[in-house]
Amino acid sequence: MRRVFLSLGLLFLWAPIALMAVYAFSGSRVPFEWGGFSLRWFAALAQNERLLEAVWLSLRIAAAAATLATLLGLALGWVLARHGRFGGRSLFGALAGAPLVLPEVVMGLSLLLLFVGLQALTGWPQQRGAITVWLAHSGLGMAYVAVLVQARLSALDPALENAAADLGAQRFTIFRTITLPLIRPSLVGGWLLAFTLSLDDVVLASFVSGPGATTLPVYLFSQLRLGMTPEANALAVMMLAFAGLTGLLGWRLSR
Amino acid sequence: MIRAAAWASLLLLVAAPLVIIVAMGFGTTAPGVPPVVPPLGAAGWQGSLEAWGLLFADTYYLDAMLRSLRLAGITATLCLVLGFGMALGIASARSPGLWLALVLLPFWAGFVLRLAAWVGLLRDGGWINATLMQLGLISEPWQMLYTEGAMLLGMVHAYLPLAVLPLTATLAKRDIRLEEAAADLGAGRWVVCFTVTLPLAAPAAAAAFLLVFIPAAGEVVIPEVLGAPDSVLIGRAIWGEFFQTRDWPAAAALSTALLALLLLPIALYQRLSVAR
Repeated sequence: MRRVFLSLGLLFLWAPIALMAVYAFSGSRVPFEWGGFSLRWFAALAQNERLLEAVWLSLRIAAAAATLATLLGLALGWVLARHGRFGGRSLFGALAGAPLVLPEVVMGLSLLLLFVGLQALTGWPQQRGAITVWLAHSGLGMAYVAVLVQARLSALDPALENAAADLGAQRFTIFRTITLPLIRPSLVGGWLLAFTLSLDDVVLASFVSGPGATTLPVYLFSQLRLGMTPEANALAVMMLAFAGLTGLLGWRLSR
Repeated sequence: MIRAAAWASLLLLVAAPLVIIVAMGFGTTAPGVPPVVPPLGAAGWQGSLEAWGLLFADTYYLDAMLRSLRLAGITATLCLVLGFGMALGIASARSPGLWLALVLLPFWAGFVLRLAAWVGLLRDGGWINATLMQLGLISEPWQMLYTEGAMLLGMVHAYLPLAVLPLTATLAKRDIRLEEAAADLGAGRWVVCFTVTLPLAAPAAAAAFLLVFIPAAGEVVIPEVLGAPDSVLIGRAIWGEFFQTRDWPAAAALSTALLALLLLPIALYQRLSVAR
């Protein structure tokens, strides 16, 4: 009975993806129509310069956003787990959790209005583009990192840090040699999560980006409205293969 | 030091945008870049209730709001039911991590690309119709794309992993002896499920429901790609006011209204996640 639900659910989740994987190797011009085995859509991907440009921009923004999100999320999670009760604690907690639950369209519009307002007041940012997308994605990602870091910090055995302090270690040394290695899984996981969120985001990027900076999901969304070629299937196969290999590698390394 | 930096990032990236979006609902549209007169300028208060008046001028936006809540409720219920069954299966499997990875991996095929797949499958000349016609089950294409059903399919497909995650975490940690005790005392399989397992997982189930409901209520992209063009949802209405009509105050006022409606579920979710 339990297996039935799990199998049905997995079938539902995987069916469209399995079909994409099969038809990525079809020579037909129509997506999901078999036209004999062919690698032409992979070749077309490699020659689609606008798409490659969007991929490269998205990867850079995602890496930068994940890094800033991890730093900010570490600070948020640290304060939530270690600073006990301070003035404004409940406001702090609500704000730290807000990006997890705000509808994307509201967050996107609100961040755009922030950037427009900042520009009117200070002249910065001069134009919207990669920088504003980077900041928006960092703001989203930091909330996810904060949750992971807070959970990990709360589960730590305080005796470990106390022992280091008793042996005369300074606060920063304790953090660097004891705490940081212990919470590293949450930082790595948070970085990967923020990276993925950034790489998959359509709505925030549509609001805060400018004409010069089209990320991959925004490019694909515009293509989808025009009608997509089977290139989409080939790209999905490449991304899944990349994610699968990375996951496998990470799993092997962490054992 | 750390707390000051944390406050600064929260105030800049979360609090300030929210204050601005609420305030902008009282702005006025104007020609120019940006196409808006803010409610508070050098000359002091210059706001108006124009945008809010527009929202209540007819039932267009109210209908969009109610339709969004209804569809988000259906999506969240479907995800909860299917996700609960899947989470039970994962929690009782020999290697839960592997099964959970199988649930999460479809995420990395890319959100837009998965939608593209649904379009290709559901189109009038798409894979499903072609297959059904080849099998002789139908003679005319069956219109599936651009319907409410297609949209729900896409929403459940996109959000299901979000529901499976918290449910699996809770169900994997539950004390299995409670269920064994109930079974020993003569309870049937379904009685055990409804009187022991479900109550144990109730907080996680509520969290899973809200985790899907809240983003689904404001979803833009899935209704745009799969849904019927004439059934406007609130997310699409905000998107349209901003990108097509260029009426920023209306978009901001609509966002504020959506936030106000979601405040209760959001507060409930935050309480639940703190309690865990």
